[in-house]
Amino acid sequence: MDAKEIIARRVAQELRAGMLVNLGIGLPSMVASFVPDGLQVFFQAENGVIGLGSRPPEGMEDRDLTDAGGGFVTAVPGAASIDSAMSFGLIRGGHLDMTVLGGLQVDERGHLANWMVPGRMVPGMGGAMDLVTGAKRVVVAMVHSAKGAPKIVPECTLPLTAARRVSLIVTEMAVIEPTDDGLVLRETGPGVSVEDIRAATTATLIVPDDLGRMSFD
Amino acid sequence: MKRALKPEEAAEMIPEGAVLLIGGFMGVGSPHRLIDAIVARGVGGLTLVNNDTCRPGEGVGKLIDAGLVDKAIVSHIGLNPVTQQKMISGEMEVELVPQGTLVERIRAGGVGLGGVLTPTGVGTLVEEGKQVIEIDGRKFLLERPIRGDFALLDARHADCVGNLEYSLTAHNFNPVMALAADTVIAEPHHIMPVGVISPDAVKTPGVLVDYLLERAH
Repeated sequence: MDAKEIIARRVAQELRAGMLVNLGIGLPSMVASFVPDGLQVFFQAENGVIGLGSRPPEGMEDRDLTDAGGGFVTAVPGAASIDSAMSFGLIRGGHLDMTVLGGLQVDERGHLANWMVPGRMVPGMGGAMDLVTGAKRVVVAMVHSAKGAPKIVPECTLPLTAARRVSLIVTEMAVIEPTDDGLVLRETGPGVSVEDIRAATTATLIVPDDLGRMSFD
Repeated sequence: MKRALKPEEAAEMIPEGAVLLIGGFMGVGSPHRLIDAIVARGVGGLTLVNNDTCRPGEGVGKLIDAGLVDKAIVSHIGLNPVTQQKMISGEMEVELVPQGTLVERIRAGGVGLGGVLTPTGVGTLVEEGKQVIEIDGRKFLLERPIRGDFALLDARHADCVGNLEYSLTAHNFNPVMALAADTVIAEPHHIMPVGVISPDAVKTPGVLVDYLLERAH
């Protein structure tokens, strides 16, 4: 398993029956491939569909049915198409059970930065600020460090996506839960020690006695 | 009965410096023939309101390529390097707005509200220069309405009185923009006799639509 698959598989374990879930573009969208058999969840794409399905067969794409990254998708039975006001009403209004987003930095307060690098990359926030502000659970799915540079830091140096604390951080090395006391290490990744994680993290980590390990069937 | 405009007639109506609300999310649900006609006419100094600036050579990206847009009010420009270059060089102004805030600002403009209070953006760069209002102990940003001189919409079906029905993820900003401009021009994929679209299926009542684009030949 490569890093991204570890992350996607671990995030998929956070899914519960009946949830409405929004997956961000890129790594987070891989989570859809690892939904446990028989578990019914609805995926929302904020451009306007609840009940996102898999890719259509080649040559059978509907030009009016895409995900938020612009890729062609299908819809599952029970799907609904919605406009942007309804879509973000669901997101901001607390009707979305979980959002999974990528991250550039997360800090000790659980604040996420994922929408711009001043002077270098300004893609815009798209729906990220609404998602982090409004979803019931915010899961950050990202590789632990960027080409050696730590991403889990004492305080974000990049502009924040929201002032709200995220619910969980999942990397290939660790599952970390931001709490009132700080970042609590919940699980270690495959073949990784607490020392390895500490070495790749500049933020202070609290290591509890009941530290777990990621496990996959 | 609405008048059916030729694309070039529609483009002729748009003056230099107009504010255009254009439907679409990465080009899905954008009125492509209208966009092509505006590019062909070459009317400049435009303010573009859209979810994004699409990609170079596609959708509203064509307006950016042609240098017709002075200001873009959008949530995302990450997939359009031309927009980024023009923003950095100062050739074009870009106002980045969280997607859920953008649609609500347009809705406010369309339904007679003086603005919206949203938690999205509190404690981030988006808060700068905005009034923060506390309600029941929670902070909200006052976001101002957006209106356009023209709304240019894409719809799956129109009937002869201008009722519109949309398709899948091609709804996005179209139904909301239909409320928020002085002149509304819709580009339907098909124009049907009155009665074919069920009243229950109408998402934009024809009273909001000033003109339809004539059917494609």
